[in-house]
Amino acid sequence: MHYSALKVLWQGLTGNKGWTEVWREPDPKPEYDIVIVGGGGHGLATAYYLAKEFGELNVAVLEKGWIGSGNIGRNTTIIRSNYLLPGNQPFYEFSLTLWEGLEQDFNYNAMVSQRGIINLIHSDAQRDAYARRGNSMRISGADAVLLDRRKVREMCPFLDFENGRFPIQGGLWQPRAGTVRHDAVAWGFARGADSRGVDIIQNCEVTGFQIENGVCRGVETTRGVIRAGKVAVCVAGSSSRVMAQAGMRLPIESHVLQAFVSEGLKPVIPGVVTFGAGHFYISQSDKGGLVFGGDIDGYNSYAQRGNLPVVEDVCEGGMAIMPMIGRARLLRMWGGVMDMSMDGSPFIDRTHIDGLYFNGGWCYGGFKATPASGYCYAHLLATGRPHETAQAMRLDRFITGAAIDERGAGAQPNLH
Amino acid sequence: MTHRIDGGLIDRSQTLKFTFNGKRMDGHPGDTLASALLANGQRLVGRSFKYHRPRGIFSAGSEEPNALVQLRTRAAQEPNTRATMAELFDGLSATSQNHRGSLEFDLMAINDMMSPFLSAGFYYKTFMWPAKFWEKLYEPVIRASAGLGRLSGREDPDVYDHGFLHCDVLVIGAGPAGLSAALAAGRAGARVILADEDFRLGGRLNAETYEVDGMPGADWAAQTVAELQAMDNVRLLPRTTVYGAYDHGIYGALERMTDHLPDAGGKPRQVLWRIYSRHAILCAGATERSMAFGNNDRPGVMLAGAVRTYANRFGVTPGKQVAVFTNNDDGWRTAHDLSARGVRVTAVIDSRAGVTHTLDGARIETGSAIVDTKGRKGLNWITLPNGIRIEADCLAVSGGWSPNVHLTCHQRGRPVWRDDLAAFVPGADLPVGMRVAGAANGDMTLAAALKTGRETANTVAKDLGLTPSRKAAPKAEDEPSDITAFWHVGGTKSRAWVDLQNDVTTKDIKQSHQEGFRSVEHLKRYTTLGMATDQGKTANVLGLAILAEASGKTIPETGTTIFRPPYTPVPIGAFAGRARGKDFRPTRLTPSHKWASENGASFVETGMWMRAEWFTRPGEKGWRDSVDREVEMTRNSVGICDVTTLGKIDIQGRDAAEFLNRIYSNAFAKLPVGKVRYGLMLREDGYAYDDGTTARLSETHFVMTTTTANAVLVFRNMEFARQCLWPDLDVHLISTTDGWAQFAVAGPNSRRLLEKVVDDFDLSNDAFPFMACAELTICGSTSARLFRISFSGELAYELAVPARFGDSLIRVLMEAGEEFDAVPYGLEALGVMRIEKGHAAGNELNGQTTAAQLGLGRMVSKKKDSIGSVLSERSEMNRDDDLRLVGFRPADREARLDAGAHFFTKGDTPSLETDQGWMTSVAYSPSLGHSIGLGFIKRGDQRMGEIVRAHDPIRDKDTEVEIVSPHFIDPEGERQRG
Amino acid sequence: MIINHPLLGPRDAAEFVIKGDASLIDRPDWQIENAAEAFHEYLFLRDNPAGEHRELWYHEQGDRSWLVVTRNTLTHEVTRVEMARDVARKARA
Repeated sequence: MHYSALKVLWQGLTGNKGWTEVWREPDPKPEYDIVIVGGGGHGLATAYYLAKEFGELNVAVLEKGWIGSGNIGRNTTIIRSNYLLPGNQPFYEFSLTLWEGLEQDFNYNAMVSQRGIINLIHSDAQRDAYARRGNSMRISGADAVLLDRRKVREMCPFLDFENGRFPIQGGLWQPRAGTVRHDAVAWGFARGADSRGVDIIQNCEVTGFQIENGVCRGVETTRGVIRAGKVAVCVAGSSSRVMAQAGMRLPIESHVLQAFVSEGLKPVIPGVVTFGAGHFYISQSDKGGLVFGGDIDGYNSYAQRGNLPVVEDVCEGGMAIMPMIGRARLLRMWGGVMDMSMDGSPFIDRTHIDGLYFNGGWCYGGFKATPASGYCYAHLLATGRPHETAQAMRLDRFITGAAIDERGAGAQPNLH
Repeated sequence: MTHRIDGGLIDRSQTLKFTFNGKRMDGHPGDTLASALLANGQRLVGRSFKYHRPRGIFSAGSEEPNALVQLRTRAAQEPNTRATMAELFDGLSATSQNHRGSLEFDLMAINDMMSPFLSAGFYYKTFMWPAKFWEKLYEPVIRASAGLGRLSGREDPDVYDHGFLHCDVLVIGAGPAGLSAALAAGRAGARVILADEDFRLGGRLNAETYEVDGMPGADWAAQTVAELQAMDNVRLLPRTTVYGAYDHGIYGALERMTDHLPDAGGKPRQVLWRIYSRHAILCAGATERSMAFGNNDRPGVMLAGAVRTYANRFGVTPGKQVAVFTNNDDGWRTAHDLSARGVRVTAVIDSRAGVTHTLDGARIETGSAIVDTKGRKGLNWITLPNGIRIEADCLAVSGGWSPNVHLTCHQRGRPVWRDDLAAFVPGADLPVGMRVAGAANGDMTLAAALKTGRETANTVAKDLGLTPSRKAAPKAEDEPSDITAFWHVGGTKSRAWVDLQNDVTTKDIKQSHQEGFRSVEHLKRYTTLGMATDQGKTANVLGLAILAEASGKTIPETGTTIFRPPYTPVPIGAFAGRARGKDFRPTRLTPSHKWASENGASFVETGMWMRAEWFTRPGEKGWRDSVDREVEMTRNSVGICDVTTLGKIDIQGRDAAEFLNRIYSNAFAKLPVGKVRYGLMLREDGYAYDDGTTARLSETHFVMTTTTANAVLVFRNMEFARQCLWPDLDVHLISTTDGWAQFAVAGPNSRRLLEKVVDDFDLSNDAFPFMACAELTICGSTSARLFRISFSGELAYELAVPARFGDSLIRVLMEAGEEFDAVPYGLEALGVMRIEKGHAAGNELNGQTTAAQLGLGRMVSKKKDSIGSVLSERSEMNRDDDLRLVGFRPADREARLDAGAHFFTKGDTPSLETDQGWMTSVAYSPSLGHSIGLGFIKRGDQRMGEIVRAHDPIRDKDTEVEIVSPHFIDPEGERQRG
Repeated sequence: MIINHPLLGPRDAAEFVIKGDASLIDRPDWQIENAAEAFHEYLFLRDNPAGEHRELWYHEQGDRSWLVVTRNTLTHEVTRVEMARDVARKARA
């Protein structure tokens, strides 16, 4: 069913009785060309691009619970491509360009809202680093603007320019960055993939891989064995658990990242703002909630919940730059499980087991990557070659010493 | 006060004045804003989120979905405050929110007419064309109409405190179960904290007409509270919401200290408590829910229990002609209580057939329902299935009670369904240490609440090794409340609301199911059911029931959503507490800070430290004048700089040398006593980490300096190495960063200056050469340490004294230096001189660079084990075309360089593929008279003299620069050895 | 969370800094033949279990002890706390 304003009008006039299922609920077939393990944003995007761009139609997405119930449904919805390193920058810029045409592409309004992101600058060294980063962005075709203090003040008069412990000196602005209605991304990709024939199978947990003579031939699931030409794992948050079933240890730890939303408020914050002297980022949703977050809790966890010290730390960061939010109330906080990798960057790669592919390690940057991650994974699965923007995201990069370490924090996941 | 009736727990001897939308009204102490509004006959109090439907007060507690107001004015303006939780005070000012035009004539009410086109998820299906219009047109319109209340946009004027409490037993909720539990635990001698969100403890006891121990329930509550108050081992926290259950028995609680006062009077508005408990007893009671029927959202339609609360506790009747719609016995209590207080009850409609309750003067309909209501800005009529209309200005609805299981879910526990209650009760996987009693656990009667509260507390007391008190349990009636689940009235075209605040109707839920959003998680995300400020406290179960019906499953088959903290919303300011403004983080001051501020210093934040950037002298027009002067005078005579912020680590033990040998990549084992060595540390992954100097004061005693930025991390890692990697080495570490004040004295006259300060110590080049160190005394008797090291490249020393002498020492040094025109120099001049010398600092040692790239490759010894040496040999870190740190000067010497520019070979088109590196640090060199820079460029060491582009699109600059040695000044190092 | 420090008793986890898997104690010998491989596994690869996890915590706001904490990553329950130094010595013995 094609969605349009006209359709909404017609359905409204006829009692909204004609809306059909956004995706089917098929039973799994015994065999597919490609089985994608994980019905989160990245898995669904992979299926969508496999079908749409690479003509792979005999594809299934297996989801343990309900599609979109992982981190695609639990994040702070920010999209941006303000990355520094050549292993990352072109990939995230590719993702941003995909975001820009996504809604028309999959005929679903995911509310891609390019209201910009400002990374605040609080010291000379930070300005140097952001100038380097901004230049990286500009050189690779992205947009970036270095703002002085006066300009930041013009754009965000509500920030604390008078009394800050770490005074605001300026900012790095990416006008094309913004936010997206996160759940709608999963639904839009699911709908697009489903309409092209991809089977989306919910409540189907993978319990093992069928590896025969070093070749992966399928998966065992709670709904039986499903054979596959290729098995593409895409389960960030649970990567280690799933890949352990194939006997692999990964350069990944699972950590909890909390996110927060306030009660609904009339518009006060124009785009995304991040604090440069603490860990805090914030935007305001179309419904009016302030959506914000900060650092991970720091300990390994699969528990999908965090603890109070980080809640306080995040709110301190918020009050440090915008003390007007003191009387806004925090409505809901939740924790998502992140694949924190050893250099803070992800993996899109084949494994040493033929026919078994891996996509994960997204740390807390997976949401913005969703379309490009799907596209590049689909490219790898369909063509056997990495997409040109994802060539650095290899699993063996710690053997060769080709880390993609944006923060320069080294091999300790909770520092990224 | 048109709707006051007799009785209630309010103080009628005093009148409080307040305004609603500017209208003056009166109330009494003991009122909430909601009860006072109802007392004044104000039924319309707000507008709904989506359709802007007129809404009135729905509940009498924190579950309120409708009556959200903006409280107070100016900077203290507080959006989305529940009128049901706001304690009335004299001068209170409240305004309604979320309407354009007046509350009565909201222009946005047009949305209600458009509602057929605004069904669940409509926005996902439109507004896609043309793409550009989203940010420019559609979204601004949506954003402007969304949201509820408004922030003032000004700094929150109040202060918030954080506090920490410890107890044996935390009792959450002070209703009958909670009071009974606290009493039992308190009497047994446990350290008890009893917290309740209400300002009057007692819970439903204050709202019902039950008797306990032969006295009115509210009296028993007051008497119990008095007894608890008298116990030293019990702490009562009224106005305190326990909002979250965290790991290991830690609870978050918010106490509203001054929200009920006209003015905080300088006291904290709220205190955020972190409560460390050994046991917790959750006695959070239950929340009533509604049923779905046509136009069930009009002002005047309320929860039956709330109507009873207003009558019994506040002496207010929400209507003059009240009808009751119920599916359980509890609804009848409202009818009886109101009738007993002289309020006219026009009808009682019970969905159950065969109910035998009666009420004089009221029309009784059993096995019936309400299909529709009438009344634009407030209820006038209700309509029965047979078309009969009954007049009513208030409809009390009871769809049953849902136990408040919220805190049992905060650690991902899942509640379980109980058919007999038609409600979810806590599951088995409770947070560690938590027990649940009373209605929160499904024990819905008063007697059961009192009993289970006491029994649970007694069990906990035994666990704690205490002896439960033998005092008798309080006695109360035990009349079970029968319920037959009934969720929504079918067969009507009118919309029936499930989530009042977010305007989710039964049709939305059915449509969601029809479109495939069939799991609860999909339902709530697609329809926004339960996502409003009340988090669906009165709506979730009803929504689930309707979804279950649509899918032909039972409720437990359909699932449940669990709850996350906070139980009710908590101000962001409360979480931040005092860590705001300048107190966001501690401020560390160097020992010379006072002296520096007396001498024209301008300070800059470096981490937690405040450091002098430069010292302005009269007549200097800008910072460059000051910095250039400081550099020139230091290089020509002598300058003094406070370098106390460098990390200092004292290392002692028989194996101290061996330990350092493994920490640093270069050799340290054979460093002679009395000498200093520059050391480079790698991370275990082989990247450069930190650098500094380490001095050997004796065979077994070393003193290390680290960079300011890494002081804490390096110490942490060294302790890791000491305790975890090489536990058998005899070595001990202590951080002495704050223990010593340290000053660099640099420049050709530094020796002459220091000679005036040291006691009988030979500073000649032979006796105390470059890289020497010594312990000595200065100024007569003050013990000090002297290091002949140089960051500036000049003849230089660093002199350290115990921190308490730091202020004196800077004064002594400056006085001694007067004859040489000694200058203090700040961080900027320090930076200029280190760039002139080509020393790496934070911009180069950024965690992404290798020793080889820094030109320090030879410092990584291959003859020994040290942190990072093995992994530093990986192939990609040793490429032939690798980056090298070199110097740059502008081809046109007048040009200014900028850090962050990327290098490109002349003739190349800038792209990530052709990128050659970047400029890390720049400075104007007063010594050379032009701008200079350091930077990394591929094969830089082999490209001396080449002109490349420093491409800086973000500043619209493109400068030709020449690759030169990074050692701009005195490359042979003669000055520092002189 | 609360860490029951073997020397100091129960302490709020906020006083600590966490490093990661306690296997980081077992640093390989730099002179073995496959040292590069051994160091790669040691530093970069993790079991990352969903369940019991032995991990290193550092009492930075306290006595500066490194501890080995056995904690369940699904429930956060702490079942054992040891001095890392003792664990390291035992591993070497």
